[in-house]
Amino acid sequence: MPALADAARIDPASSRDPELIASLRAVSKRYGPHTALDGFSMALRRGEVVALLGPNGAGKTTAVKLLLGLLRPASGSVRVLGRDPRSSAARAAIGAMLQVARVPDMLTVREQIELFRSYYPRPLPTPEVLRLAAVGAIEHQRFGTLSGGQRQRALFALAICGDPALVCLDEPTVGLDVHSRRQVWEQVSALAAAGKAVLLTTHYLEEADALAHRIVLINEGRLVRAGTPAQIKQGVAGRRIRCRTQLTPQALRALPSVTAAEADQERVVIFTHDPEAVLRRMLTEDAGLSDLEVTTASLDEAFLALTTA
Amino acid sequence: MSDAIPLTFEPAAPARLRAVVREIEYEFIRLVRTRAFSLSVIGFPLVFFLLFGLRAHDAETTRYLIAGYGCFGLGSACLFGIGLGIAMERAQGWLELKWASPMPRLAYLAAKMVSSAAFALIVTALLIGLGVTLGGVTVTLSQGLRLMALMLVGSVPFTALGLLIALWVPPTSGPGIINLIYIPLSFASGFWMPLRLLPHWLQAIAPALPTYHLAQLALAVFGFAPRAGALTHWLVLAGFTLLMFAAAWITFVRREHQA
Repeated sequence: MPALADAARIDPASSRDPELIASLRAVSKRYGPHTALDGFSMALRRGEVVALLGPNGAGKTTAVKLLLGLLRPASGSVRVLGRDPRSSAARAAIGAMLQVARVPDMLTVREQIELFRSYYPRPLPTPEVLRLAAVGAIEHQRFGTLSGGQRQRALFALAICGDPALVCLDEPTVGLDVHSRRQVWEQVSALAAAGKAVLLTTHYLEEADALAHRIVLINEGRLVRAGTPAQIKQGVAGRRIRCRTQLTPQALRALPSVTAAEADQERVVIFTHDPEAVLRRMLTEDAGLSDLEVTTASLDEAFLALTTA
Repeated sequence: MSDAIPLTFEPAAPARLRAVVREIEYEFIRLVRTRAFSLSVIGFPLVFFLLFGLRAHDAETTRYLIAGYGCFGLGSACLFGIGLGIAMERAQGWLELKWASPMPRLAYLAAKMVSSAAFALIVTALLIGLGVTLGGVTVTLSQGLRLMALMLVGSVPFTALGLLIALWVPPTSGPGIINLIYIPLSFASGFWMPLRLLPHWLQAIAPALPTYHLAQLALAVFGFAPRAGALTHWLVLAGFTLLMFAAAWITFVRREHQA
């Protein structure tokens, strides 16, 4: 199972992995009664784009803020270049793009870039930042006058201007049109090609599929699945069984080959690669099973089932 | 883009200093361009001064109000520039982005403090200029410099108060709350008129206000307050500063802990 494979790869022994840039290990984080992350683990390596994929409130932003040292974990460990992300040495190796409600209006794109460059020990030259983020045409515009797409590109420029080893992008394409979204995708790919580790959060499967080398599926603070886009798609696609049964979704999820199961009004919906085996078990355990229907599941449907279960 | 990963790096002192200087430079530019701030912080004391401070044959009032409105300008620069400024950047998520960057933590506060102090100096210089040219009063070089120096040092207690306000005041109601605190404080501390013209009960509580002690120091420059009490005023201001910084620090650490 891909999830297990990934968990094995970020075993403490892998801290000697020279390609490892950042990791979360068995991290839990609570806000009062709400559990944002629950024993969550993931790793980021050089030259790799990892998409943290999940619905709103799944814990994606919390994971990013832990990596940025903005939050501290209740348990587990967070490391960036082998250090606590709160240390100034680790911070100097991180660039971030967060969901910002408003940017101070009065500074120009170039001024803001110059300011952020001054924070880093070895920043990229300003012309290169302007080129990489495609903000050359708007460098003398104030932030207050930028369109949504321009603003995201300018924030992207701030994330990369320090030439960091790790770039965290929290929902970089939210609210962007198709053209601007493609532009961000190209920039993200270029970052990875330049050897950066990129963490990107998104709730679009399409985006994760197009961009990421690996996808980490997260829901309700738990790792649901991790693997390459192909593995994830293979894992979530398959057949959909729909029927009335006494068996609970929880019990059904425990069956081998079941990727997701959830109640849907009076019935239960199950996603699996091996519908015959699952049905054989179900019919044995519940003689009253009725209204049976087996169909091919669409990718989106299966993904939704995985992350809303 | 370079492939180098900075594995071990402690930022050198010159690099940190450069960040502090940049932060101050851009914070000042930002405040100047924010008209709602720059026009009101400089405009209000100047307009009041033109209205009330330039009466013919009344050099006393003119000089009193140079000191008083100077203090008033200092307070509004710090409370709005620092208090409201930080409160808004915090609410918008901008502060978080800066906090995630390797920005030297002190640079942020230093930039806010120095920029606000710069505005206070501009206000005071303009007041002196208007008083000397339009009001025809004499302000000696020594008096002018002493007043400016006082504004510079006086920005520290107001920065401390502004910081505490930033941590507690919700940004949307920020301007209202700050005015609600600051306008009565200015009035009761004698920024606008001599205390002896105020109701007796106000005169009685004035010494409990930090702004009163600042005003007394400023007024002493022109001989409107006894210079003998200066030490007490400085001690009260120092105590107030420590109290505010401590309260802000405790608030900050407690929230960090919850985070």
